Amino acid sequence: MELLSGAEMVVRSLKDEGVEYIYGYPGGALLHIYDAIFQQDDVKHILVRHEQAATHMADAYARASGKPGVVLVTSGPGATNAVTGIATAYMDSIPMVVISGQVMSHLIGEDAFQECDMVGITRPIVKHNLSIKHPSEIPSAMKKAFYIASSGRPGPVVVDIPKDMTTPTDRFEYEYPKSVKLRSYNPVSRGHSGQIKKAVDLLMSAKRPVILAGGGVIAANASEQLTELAKLLNYPVINTLMGLGAYPGTDEQFLGMPGMHGAVEANMAMHHSDLILNLGSRLDDRITNATEKFCPTAKLIHVDIDPSSISKTVAADVPIVGPLDSVLNELLKLVKASNITPDKEAHGNWWKQIDEWRARHGGRYRTDDSELMKPQQVIEILCKVTKGDAYVCSDVGQHQMFAAQYYKFNKPRRWINSGGLGTMGFGLPAAMGIKLNYPDEEVVCVTGEGSIQMNIQELSTCAQYDLPLKVILLNNQSLGMVRQWQDLNYESRHSQSYMQSLPDFTKLVESYGHVGMEVTKFDELESTLEKAFAMKDKLVFINIHVDPFEHVYPMQVPKAAMRDMWLSKTERT
Amino acid sequence: MRHIISVLLENEAGALSRVVGLFSQRNFNIESLTVAPTEDPTLSRLTLTTVGNDRVIEQITKHLNKLIEVVKLVDLTEGDHIERELMLIKVKAVGAQRAEVMRSVEIFRGQVIDVTSTVYTVQLAGESDKLDAFIKVIDPANVLEVVRTGVSGIARGEKTLAL
Repeated sequence: MELLSGAEMVVRSLKDEGVEYIYGYPGGALLHIYDAIFQQDDVKHILVRHEQAATHMADAYARASGKPGVVLVTSGPGATNAVTGIATAYMDSIPMVVISGQVMSHLIGEDAFQECDMVGITRPIVKHNLSIKHPSEIPSAMKKAFYIASSGRPGPVVVDIPKDMTTPTDRFEYEYPKSVKLRSYNPVSRGHSGQIKKAVDLLMSAKRPVILAGGGVIAANASEQLTELAKLLNYPVINTLMGLGAYPGTDEQFLGMPGMHGAVEANMAMHHSDLILNLGSRLDDRITNATEKFCPTAKLIHVDIDPSSISKTVAADVPIVGPLDSVLNELLKLVKASNITPDKEAHGNWWKQIDEWRARHGGRYRTDDSELMKPQQVIEILCKVTKGDAYVCSDVGQHQMFAAQYYKFNKPRRWINSGGLGTMGFGLPAAMGIKLNYPDEEVVCVTGEGSIQMNIQELSTCAQYDLPLKVILLNNQSLGMVRQWQDLNYESRHSQSYMQSLPDFTKLVESYGHVGMEVTKFDELESTLEKAFAMKDKLVFINIHVDPFEHVYPMQVPKAAMRDMWLSKTERT
Repeated sequence: MRHIISVLLENEAGALSRVVGLFSQRNFNIESLTVAPTEDPTLSRLTLTTVGNDRVIEQITKHLNKLIEVVKLVDLTEGDHIERELMLIKVKAVGAQRAEVMRSVEIFRGQVIDVTSTVYTVQLAGESDKLDAFIKVIDPANVLEVVRTGVSGIARGEKTLAL
């Protein structure tokens, strides 16, 4: 058997796990590992400018591919800088393995230079974490980390490695385990047949059904089964923010996104339904509004791989714990074999009602109340220019909601956003992670002047690794979502929601060697975007000036039911 | 309602902190906690008492089960069970009090395990209510120190919590 140092074992384990890229930043505790990286070519290291960006790059790769992203950060500040990215991945159930350096084991607890308790700090924001006590544990610990991160409900796993576990002269036998078995961790592989049968009976006899598809459908690669089931039943489908693309966004059975900024027809249909088939959505507060007023006439079938997501916010009538792909396969089989005749007349009336709700708002917005163009127009043109087929990586705020509402995602894993944690600064590194791994695809970062400046230093990384992504900056000169809430709830007292002293973005991106463009008039927008996307080998940053007073609508009225929404600044449901 | 949840946990560094962290992180209540290795040195047995409605208790057990190091758990209060807690209590005992305290110790079937001319140290085991009752019958002004282990519990009959 081969003898390797701990540092070599870390790198070799990554190779044996099939990892192509890792994202990181070196430091004292990692020097042995970085030396081992230097001496091989299989695992390629991407040097970011801030560790948070490394986590978002890895995270976005995982969102697009379904495979765990890998991050390497040093002890102390390197590790703490990664915390936001780890929490982002945790909230959205994204598989990720984060290797953090640690001070030498005999120094742990002595407040050594660049020491921090990474295992303690990350405990509430990881699926699991472990620290290495002996170099010979490294292969099995790495296997365990990848297995836990990517199985069951995926999530980030931190492996904390003290520097003396990687000493080049201490060599041990290396063999990468083929598999790992844990007596205390056995993710479910299928749903309970009796429960699934109950669900099918409810599904077949429902008069006003809706299918709600969340991020779980995407994580389980179950979009095809979802689409087949919805088509078979001719039931309306709603995708959550994390589920966008799970069901095709341009299909007529698609009602849009539910919740806080959901479509009128989606929120109305859920509220008035008699059955919700919830596939892998957590039903968090941004969907349900006040839970005590949530969908009063609906029975709830809740399918989730994580039992703790079921009946957490809303009690389920039929809970099904299991992976979405296998549960959907079984649902399909039983629906096809069911001897219950669907109530065609009720369904016809239900669709008629839904179409009336559709006509009520239909994603309209005013364009006549401002000289400047509307952010919604920008997203619609972006969708047109990229033929609805780009990877859209969003930051957080109004632009995120506009992108979610107006870009029509027909495929899963194309909409990359921080849904749970709502991490500003996510968009640019996420787009970098996608462009690096999918160089032939169109990759767009939709952002605002607030969000982009939270990780703008990564334009340097883009230059180093030649990542010709496109940045669409919806520049409204303010922290738009904060400002919107201040308009609605604080009598327009815009406390700290202005973005003053913005840089000249064109000059800034040019200083990194990229191309900057600026758009102020709507009639120049499409041609500018065409020009930008034609520059295949250049990162183009397009600063688009939009109406600073625009709000995101519909917007649910706080502490009310799903149906209670503002439709514009002056109209309510 | 009060629940006693018994957990088999991998006997590994950091496992306990995950359990405790979970309770504060998710705003669950924890009234008492006791933990020690079992006859199998790779496993710890942890007993905790908590208070909550059915929904909260369901979430607690689900989240505990999610922790990678939790091997198995049972809510003992769902079935017939026995619970015990041990208390060591130091009581002022001078003059007439000495006989008075001794009488209470006998009634509660405790044992005096240390004596000085002014102090009795009493050991008492039983359900938590019984320990509370003992403290009540001793004049609080005479109680010098109380140490309680927290609740341990086990199911009645054939039922076991084991691998």
